[in-house]
Amino acid sequence: MAGTMHEESESIATRRMSLIVTKGTLDWAYPPFILATTAAAMDFEVNMFFTFYGLPLLLKNLDLKLSPLGNPAMKMPMAGVHMGMPNMASMIPGVDAAASKMMQNLMNKKGVASIQELRDIALEGGVKMIACQMTMDLFEYKLEDMVSGPTIGGAATYIEAASNSDINLFI
Amino acid sequence: MADQTLDARGLNCPLPVLRAKQALLGMTPGDTLEVLATDPGSVADFAAFCRVTGHALLESACTDGDYRYSIQKSLTR
Repeated sequence: MAGTMHEESESIATRRMSLIVTKGTLDWAYPPFILATTAAAMDFEVNMFFTFYGLPLLLKNLDLKLSPLGNPAMKMPMAGVHMGMPNMASMIPGVDAAASKMMQNLMNKKGVASIQELRDIALEGGVKMIACQMTMDLFEYKLEDMVSGPTIGGAATYIEAASNSDINLFI
Repeated sequence: MADQTLDARGLNCPLPVLRAKQALLGMTPGDTLEVLATDPGSVADFAAFCRVTGHALLESACTDGDYRYSIQKSLTR
């Protein structure tokens, strides 16, 4: 019986997922981290490739913000109704910061994990993170400013990971 | 009677599944984990989680907006 079980576990092929993370705002940071942590929990081997504005999500100190500018779908629940914000409002200094704070408070209230927490779970769960070398050069980021765990790579590194994956996402 | 209970009430997606996975990691194969949740999305999510990972969903129940799951840890994972 024990022998049979062993053979069964051997025969389960490892599934893999890869994600390209290109956006670093408070709202857009969620989909890649939610999907990466969940896939890892479902025994997938996960590769996250951080490039352009997604790269700052690897910084030790996260200071995530969002902007309602050009986002008519962003309507916050307030006193029973959903309120949008006119584009003009985003021009006023402090408005984007206030909207970010409002979103953060709403997330805390609704039991939504923080990005920091999801990133920690991802790293603990063995999710492989690759920092795009070109973006590091372009925006002058250093590996020592980043959380420990990510490795450096480029497009070929991602393509290899993607070619071996069952799910490949660009976010 | 479950061998371990996880209270995931008040937590939103994907935390109930992530916490359940963390709990299962420390358990003995064949033991059962009871999960309490309030996230309505967790009904479909725990079913999918169990189908993909091979853990057995022994029970999925809802009473007054409280969800209860009984998951038996796979013998092969």
